[in-house]
Amino acid sequence: MTIKEVEQEIVEEFAIFEDWMDKYEYLIELGKNVPVISDGAKLESNLIKGCQSRVWLDAEFKDGKIFFKADSDAIITKGIISLLIRVFSGRRPKEILEANLDFIKQIGLQENLSPTRANGLLSMIKQIKAYSLAYAAKEESSK
Amino acid sequence: MENRSSINNIRTLFPALNQRVNGKKLVYLDNGATSQKPLSVIELVNEMNSGVNGNIHRAVHELSAKTTSLYEGARDKVKNFINASQREEIIFTAGTTASINLVASSFSQKYLNPGDAVLVSEGEHHSNIVPWQMACDRTGATLRVLPLDDNGCWRLDLLDTLLDSSVKIVSVAHVSNILGVINPIEKVIERAHSLNIPVLIDGAQGIVHSRVDVQKLDCEFYAFSGHKMYGPTGTGVLFGKYHWLEKLPPYLGGGDMIESVSFEKTTYTQPPLKFEAGTPNFIGMAALGAAIDFILQIDTELASKNEKEIVEYVLKEFSAIEGLTLYGQHSQNKIPLFSFTVKGAHPTDLAMLMDKMGVALRSGQMCSEPVMDRFGTESMLRASFAVYNTLEEAKIFILSLKRAIKMLT
Repeated sequence: MTIKEVEQEIVEEFAIFEDWMDKYEYLIELGKNVPVISDGAKLESNLIKGCQSRVWLDAEFKDGKIFFKADSDAIITKGIISLLIRVFSGRRPKEILEANLDFIKQIGLQENLSPTRANGLLSMIKQIKAYSLAYAAKEESSK
Repeated sequence: MENRSSINNIRTLFPALNQRVNGKKLVYLDNGATSQKPLSVIELVNEMNSGVNGNIHRAVHELSAKTTSLYEGARDKVKNFINASQREEIIFTAGTTASINLVASSFSQKYLNPGDAVLVSEGEHHSNIVPWQMACDRTGATLRVLPLDDNGCWRLDLLDTLLDSSVKIVSVAHVSNILGVINPIEKVIERAHSLNIPVLIDGAQGIVHSRVDVQKLDCEFYAFSGHKMYGPTGTGVLFGKYHWLEKLPPYLGGGDMIESVSFEKTTYTQPPLKFEAGTPNFIGMAALGAAIDFILQIDTELASKNEKEIVEYVLKEFSAIEGLTLYGQHSQNKIPLFSFTVKGAHPTDLAMLMDKMGVALRSGQMCSEPVMDRFGTESMLRASFAVYNTLEEAKIFILSLKRAIKMLT
């Protein structure tokens, strides 16, 4: 599946929820199933500090693909993280760099990515793109 | 019942309260951050922007005369409101932060040297920490910290060991923005004065919930914001004892603060204008005068009765919620402000869910990281009530909190 197709899948899943309450309950559920970083690996170096909540992000480059693990101390943030990981993890750097994440807006969670929220999510996406850029450059130079 | 209808009368003066958020009736409980504005304030701002607008203190035309008299009239209102002994002791600023920065900058230029110290408390807002750290960095002075006890109260038993002749100024909050505790500033002022040390009081929260009498307090400086006391954003006050204002060098240079200017030498005018360089927010300050008129019209007996009911109700409900920790002592010496955490539910998650239910709260570090560290938490959730909040709203707050906790745990 392409990133676009996974995004579409998520949009359709969220379409079954009538109101925000059900939507957030689903996010909380998703938050419980994120591939988490073990406490020992929650280093200062992979911490994205927001005023509201903290996010940890770890990336591994294997066979031309990037695999992400992440965690947050806030569960709704974590639920959104799980969606981002579902979209991004196991992708080639180029695919990640081209993705524009329209689905976040379509499922009505745009406000959570606003800079004023300071929950670390926006910085996390920037960090994911930065990793992709770095790995893309690395691939290029090893050719 | 009488109580409720009277508070509802106050509510009708605040158009912002009558709105729906996320489809729900707004319950605005973030008054510690900023308050909503009454019609009298809104209308004066509109009226001035629509016509009564001329730069103050510099022209002979009618509009300038009108705005100047509204601006200077507001100074008289502030003077009376806090019982300053003369109107020249009232400096208009952009807010509490600007007021504290003014003192920290001007005072340190003249009175802080290497080896000197500034005393603040562990419970301060960043605005009463960082300006002093900056002043210490510039001058080689050090920052001393009066610790908090587990109830969020000052460790007064340590005051005598912290206060000595190397302390050149004490700068502490009247009321903590996180803990809501009304601090025993009188005691600290008295102890500091016994060593001839001047005291600045950060009154951002304190000015809203009690009547302040700066002559009775006898503090050298008292700083507060307009926007938390039903006035416009970008307005603030610095009260300073006149002889101190005379001694301090000016903060910003520019128009209105000078006596005469030449390229060889400029002399400065007297306080308060010495500290009001440039065109001030004269519309905002005039409207702060209207906010003070509003506060003076509040039936204080009714307001304190309503406040007491709310505090009793919230404390009772809180004690029944499993895993809830309330920070700051639970006694009478507190404003109606509640900072808390719930085990297993992150403050941000709770705030987001409750926002969807129409309840506006503050979550996060709330501009006081040292307080978070003191109580061993990354963030808190805060509900802060104002004069227009009702017991009914407190009930909706508790209901939505319980619902959100249930969703998260």
